[in-house]
Amino acid sequence: MRMPAGAFAERGADLELVGIQKRFPGFTAIENLDLTIPAGSFFALLGPSGCGKTTTLRLVAGLEEPTAGRILIGGADVTGQKPHQRPVNTVFQSYALFPHMSIIENVAFGLRRRRIPDPSGKAHEALRLVELDHLAQRKPQQLSGGQQQRVALARAIVNRPALLLLDEPLGALDLKLRRQMQLELKSIQEEVGLTFLHVTHDQEEAMTMADTVAVMNKGRIEQLGAPEQLYELPKTAFVANFLGQSNLFTGQVAGTTSEAISVDINGQPIIVALPRAHRHTGDVTIGVRPEKVSLHLDKPVTDAARNLVGPGRVIDVSFSGVSTQYLVAVPGVGTMVVFAQNMAFGPVAQEGTEVWLSWNIEHGFGLEDDPADVNAEAPKFPADTDTRSIAAQKRDALISELEEG
Amino acid sequence: MSGEAQAGAVVGGLVETEQRPTPPRPRRTRVTLGSWLLPLYVILAFIFLLIPIIYTFVFSFNDSIKSNIAWRGFTLDKWLNVCAVQNGAVCEAFGNSMLIGVVATVIATTLGTMIAIALVRYRFKARSAISLLLFLPMATPEVVLGAGLAAQFLAVGVPKDMITIIIAHTMFCISFVVVTVKARVASLDPALEEAGRDLYGAPQQVFWRITFPLLLPGVLAAALLSFALSFDDFIITNFNSGSVMTFPKYVYVSASRGIPAEANVVASAVFILALVIVVAAQVSSAARAKRLARR
Repeated sequence: MRMPAGAFAERGADLELVGIQKRFPGFTAIENLDLTIPAGSFFALLGPSGCGKTTTLRLVAGLEEPTAGRILIGGADVTGQKPHQRPVNTVFQSYALFPHMSIIENVAFGLRRRRIPDPSGKAHEALRLVELDHLAQRKPQQLSGGQQQRVALARAIVNRPALLLLDEPLGALDLKLRRQMQLELKSIQEEVGLTFLHVTHDQEEAMTMADTVAVMNKGRIEQLGAPEQLYELPKTAFVANFLGQSNLFTGQVAGTTSEAISVDINGQPIIVALPRAHRHTGDVTIGVRPEKVSLHLDKPVTDAARNLVGPGRVIDVSFSGVSTQYLVAVPGVGTMVVFAQNMAFGPVAQEGTEVWLSWNIEHGFGLEDDPADVNAEAPKFPADTDTRSIAAQKRDALISELEEG
Repeated sequence: MSGEAQAGAVVGGLVETEQRPTPPRPRRTRVTLGSWLLPLYVILAFIFLLIPIIYTFVFSFNDSIKSNIAWRGFTLDKWLNVCAVQNGAVCEAFGNSMLIGVVATVIATTLGTMIAIALVRYRFKARSAISLLLFLPMATPEVVLGAGLAAQFLAVGVPKDMITIIIAHTMFCISFVVVTVKARVASLDPALEEAGRDLYGAPQQVFWRITFPLLLPGVLAAALLSFALSFDDFIITNFNSGSVMTFPKYVYVSASRGIPAEANVVASAVFILALVIVVAAQVSSAARAKRLARR
């Protein structure tokens, strides 16, 4: 679909990536990616640094060429098109506002290139949408970070692209401003009805804003779905740990009924509802979210609908206002994380307290991964992910340095 | 003074037991020495630097006849009739230098800017070798450069005239342009050009509307530098000019039999013009800074 001069895209368009592969000298950023984003949706690509999500975005924008595969926008193949020929606009991570132009000239830039009638009128309109029209004559460097971000957004959406690409546009903002901009972005998307493709490493941002989230890791999509679905029923250990925290256990399936499977974790049977388990035989990895686990100070009555482990010993308590996080070492099962809401004042158990843990068998999940792979990766807590993402960033920086040098 | 006395007293206090009767005089003399020696030194240095310029300026008003060495009285004639002397030889030399400077600057700045962009933005074979080669003209003694180029012109059989001077000047100016513009290109965020392409700018539009305006300060600085270098050059020019007279060459040639005051006029005018430009630029940038601060 070539953008005709002097015309707007009427509405968002589908984006389709078919068998995309991207190799850089020395490493592969994307390995065989297939992805369809329906028109008008707010789609988030979520993943740690170096997972290939920004490369995907740049491929769609035309700033990189795929090694193999095709890119279709609104059904038309744009793989061979230059960035300026594609009906796509990008909000860059660094905003990339032109420092030698005023705000209004920045916003009108795309309109003028395409000879849209009344560029400055439309630019003012876009600035009013982001509530910055009063700063139209200023230069970008006279604006705050949040204002620059909104100008970058206005500069992109003023062109009514079939597809708007957002490359971690909120990364440079502080937390409060970020939350505010998340809401604004979401409402602007609903207002203009464009297809948004948002790239981020912030799982909370992806979950609050997007209709559909694709979790990316090592150049491929691990899982794709609505935020609730990804969170409540993760398919892989990576998703289970990247999107929030999880307690994961590995063991052999000991028994299967029509409703559930029983997994033997070092002699301790743990039941997972059958529809929530992706694998039903052999070695499996199962898990439960920390907030689904209840903490008991006395051994509770055995209940067929709940898994019960314990007794274990509390080894760490950290209070975070709304909830308290307990680390509980359970012999044979391992260390488990429990989030308990602070219904009373302060923690209910101290370090060293003997406790039992239980959860509804409907709340557990069974992963699709082969446990051998899970243990090879084994990112148990977000801290691990962070370390790895730092390592990935270091590697990226080194690679770009090598390329430049 | 009271501060110094106090400091002296404190320092004196440390060795009080023995030196109480005599105030710490040597220290005070040293402080006093520093407080007048440094300014004196600075003033002398400036006088030393400025005397040739002041001499040139003052003697442009000398009512000289043939040589311009002895003061023979004040006149404005030389300023008003610069081109009268020796059938306008001074003006001709000045005009040649201007022409050579402008043409060499335009060529060197254009080529140098393109080379700088290529060196920073693209990866190609022999990139670092080219960087090194571009540095050579700056490191090579001018005499060697001038003589070498003259030998090549001779070998190929190119007659020495204005063209050969322009070629020679372009050659050494390119190096300075590349070095100056390269720094500017390296500091340019590639995302800006990507944003231009993303916002429907065709490659040419992106270059002229984004890249070039952002490089302009560096390009202008490079152009000024190469014009100054070209206008000023004597050694390389002397080897490659044939019978063409440039201003530095004219001054050098006529130095043996007395430089006419008209040469002083031209030199003073160029100096004053440069001074005015610098002051104007400073004033306007100060005004802009003030305007920005007020907002």
